[in-house]
Amino acid sequence: MEMESKTERSRARILRVFFSSIPLLAWLIGVLVAVLCEKAVGLWVADAVGLPRIPVLFGILFMLKEPSLIPAALLYTTMIYIVPSCITARIVSPLANRAAELLLRVSVSLSVLVHLALLYSALHFWTDISDYRLIMVKLTLIAVIITLSLNVINGYMGEFSCSHPGFLALGAYTATVFNLVFFVNDRFFGPALAPPAWGPFFFPVGLVLGGLVAALGALMVAIPSFRTRGDYLAIISLAFMFIIKSFIENLEVVGGPRGLSRQPDYASLPVVFAWTSLCLWIINNFVRSTLGKALNAVRDDETAANSMTVNTRRTKMTAFLFAAFWAGVAGGLFAHVIRYVNPGMFGIQNLAEVLAMVYFGGLNSVYGSIVGAVGIQLLSEMLRPLEIFKWIIIPLLLILVMIFRPTGLIAFKEFVVEDLVKPKRKEV
Amino acid sequence: MPLLHVERMTHDFGGLRAVRDYDLTIERGQIRGLIGPNGAGKTTVFNLITGIYKPTEGRVLFDGKDTVGLKPYEIAAMGLGRTFQNMRLWRHMTVLEHVKLARYSKLSYGLLGAFFSTGKRRREEEEGAQKALSLLEMVGVRHLADQVVTNLPYGAQRRVEIARALAMEPKLLLLDEPTAGMNPEELRQIMLIIRDIHRELGLAIFLIEHRLRVVMELCERIQTLVFGEVIAEGSPEETQNNPKVIDAYLGKEKLF
Repeated sequence: MEMESKTERSRARILRVFFSSIPLLAWLIGVLVAVLCEKAVGLWVADAVGLPRIPVLFGILFMLKEPSLIPAALLYTTMIYIVPSCITARIVSPLANRAAELLLRVSVSLSVLVHLALLYSALHFWTDISDYRLIMVKLTLIAVIITLSLNVINGYMGEFSCSHPGFLALGAYTATVFNLVFFVNDRFFGPALAPPAWGPFFFPVGLVLGGLVAALGALMVAIPSFRTRGDYLAIISLAFMFIIKSFIENLEVVGGPRGLSRQPDYASLPVVFAWTSLCLWIINNFVRSTLGKALNAVRDDETAANSMTVNTRRTKMTAFLFAAFWAGVAGGLFAHVIRYVNPGMFGIQNLAEVLAMVYFGGLNSVYGSIVGAVGIQLLSEMLRPLEIFKWIIIPLLLILVMIFRPTGLIAFKEFVVEDLVKPKRKEV
Repeated sequence: MPLLHVERMTHDFGGLRAVRDYDLTIERGQIRGLIGPNGAGKTTVFNLITGIYKPTEGRVLFDGKDTVGLKPYEIAAMGLGRTFQNMRLWRHMTVLEHVKLARYSKLSYGLLGAFFSTGKRRREEEEGAQKALSLLEMVGVRHLADQVVTNLPYGAQRRVEIARALAMEPKLLLLDEPTAGMNPEELRQIMLIIRDIHRELGLAIFLIEHRLRVVMELCERIQTLVFGEVIAEGSPEETQNNPKVIDAYLGKEKLF
């Protein structure tokens, strides 16, 4: 008995030693190799283990649809993803540690760029295999922006805002109309005003415009609701969401309830990836600065913040508009990924999803927002074969998280980029 | 020109007159005390001076400027620091973040600096951290800089609060019962700290206290407030021997 637990412990130690010295750089290389592996021999392996085709989501969809395929799907995932990525990561880790150290010594930004490039390549090759993966990755990246921006209000500032679908809608419609008017021959808006070839270069303009319109909408919510603290914001922002939705439904210029389609295909993976990275960088910079910490102070004790020279009203307004801006940008990206928008997309269900991502991942935390957005998005895709039961499992999971970790999975944790990209200590 | 000059300040909560015709003059570098039984309106006086409440009548001049109607953060930025009776720390923030945040009005990097992490922002944040650490050193909690405040013992939380108020580089520091709930050892230490900061930073201090020993030892002049009215003002000895004070504040029996 004792012997057994001792071997167990030593085995755990070996595993820890085996993996503890692997830096993020090595993991990313490992994942890249695994993805390339799938590209090279995925079809062949799938055939060999008896799967009808390459599983799009790590075989989970197969497992849920057809329980007899569980061993085959597990085998595939192990052979294609787990084994190659772990082995590669372990092999390259001494080299990667040295590289990470070198990069960090040159500059943090260079190191971050290298990591992002690796992550992007992995995503690029992974999504090459099917369009379904491509659109899912894009939507997940957008979900990260949305979750992060809502976390600024609901987590960092501690107010409860329900207006995010409204901001998304404003951003989505503004960017769509901008592109349709200028770069597309459209039956609504007539011939293109500018050469369509310019379109992709002006795409950021449309997105920023969408963000600004969303921020303007936020100003309308903020002026009456930030006079005092309390439930006002929740109520006013909920009303705002419904007003925007029915406003667009009744606006025939933008297609009313039928919505708008024919968005040009500008939101490619690199574009969405770049915007998500930019958003992450800016929001993280903001919440880690003293100006951003003022939000936490306002949340934890507004009177004290006010007495410590913090202009609380301006702080709240700024953060709210800032969050709305990013929601607007995310809305614009979303419209161009789906290439269709209608007002029905921006209702109470959308709100529920976004709130779930924020509270599942963790309040007041960039890590939490990433985990929440990716987790809920993947989960809701993976559980699709279960149909109606999906809407039992996901809420159940949320309730469990709320019981055992009331502030979310990874709450109140600083996202320190330097710690993320630094080399891991040498093993003893 | 006195640092703080309050003239005939009156405040009503609905029909209740909480403070009546309150006068006060504090010179630079003075330590003054405010005593009085529970509910006498001591904290209300602080809240009126710092702008959390707006006086119904009267004038408040801080550093020669009329502060009635200004927002608390504006008055604070003029150099009026304070602590709270129930501390009001920010429960999710670390000690260092507390002290850095009180330098909010001193930051000039603006939103662009916050968003894009410019060189100016990094410089100012670094400078703020250094100043904060030296203040934490002064109150003796530097080793706790990275702790979240809710994990700290009570005495350390009090010190953090004092450091936070000092970070805004006040000319006048209002301390609202800084020794409330402390044991004799903690009490002795906090009194040393108050003496230290008074000597080293040369600021004026106005403190509310329940424990007479503290005010008697620290203060040059003491006001006694009962039911919103000043019934006595004078040196510790005068206050101690004033029959009105003994009557209203200490009760009928003689304490000393």
